[in-house]
Amino acid sequence: MRSTKRETLPIATSADVVLARQKVRQWAIEMKFTLVDQTKLVTAASELARNALDHGKGGHMVVEAVENTARTGLKLTFEDRGPGITDIEAALRDGFTTGGGMGLGLGGSKRLVNDFHIESQPGKGTRITVVRWK
Amino acid sequence: MERIPILRMGQFLLVTIQVDMHDRLAMQLQDDLTQRISEWNSKGVLIDISTLEIVDSFIGRMLANIAAMARVLDAEAVVVGMQPAVAITLVELGMSLEGVRTALNVESGMELLYELRGDFHEEIGG
Repeated sequence: MRSTKRETLPIATSADVVLARQKVRQWAIEMKFTLVDQTKLVTAASELARNALDHGKGGHMVVEAVENTARTGLKLTFEDRGPGITDIEAALRDGFTTGGGMGLGLGGSKRLVNDFHIESQPGKGTRITVVRWK
Repeated sequence: MERIPILRMGQFLLVTIQVDMHDRLAMQLQDDLTQRISEWNSKGVLIDISTLEIVDSFIGRMLANIAAMARVLDAEAVVVGMQPAVAITLVELGMSLEGVRTALNVESGMELLYELRGDFHEEIGG
């Protein structure tokens, strides 16, 4: 996977979550994703950005246009410096929540993208990488 | 502070969400609507989300909360105008908005509200 363009945005306030959504929308339109795919990408970005803010004490999002030999895609990376996730399998299960939410953020956004990768170190933070291919 | 306006139309309340809401604004709307229903003894709430480009789990929860709070306060809430791409995404996300009444547009949403509150309305009209 080769990155052709990238941009980093901070996620420190709930207004940044809105900006992150708008940025992903703008890139998805530029890359000519269908409306349904744009909507899925923006919704996943919203869930993951909020996650980084509420559970990870903030961090940043990296937006990247990527390509491999066959196709192009939009890659989003969310990094936070929060407490980390001790049981990733449980965190991905629908209904699992440590906050006040629905527990759909992680598992739900996984269903909205093609690739989903999560790395977490307890005490250090979490990095979630997602790709939606065209 | 930034707020989403709530219009009063007789016994009903009308809300059109036209901004990309941050989470606090969504919570504020939930609180304001609950206040207004109780203050004005409103019998129905129509929430137009036709300009919303996404409904994530947070907004979905807000809509479900508004519907539940309205019910407890003897009112009905109807969510109208959800875009098809938003509906597809929302269901895939895992939310089906159970317990939330929906209609395709404002007109059929109003019809639904009158239907649900028909007797009361006829009394007022007659």
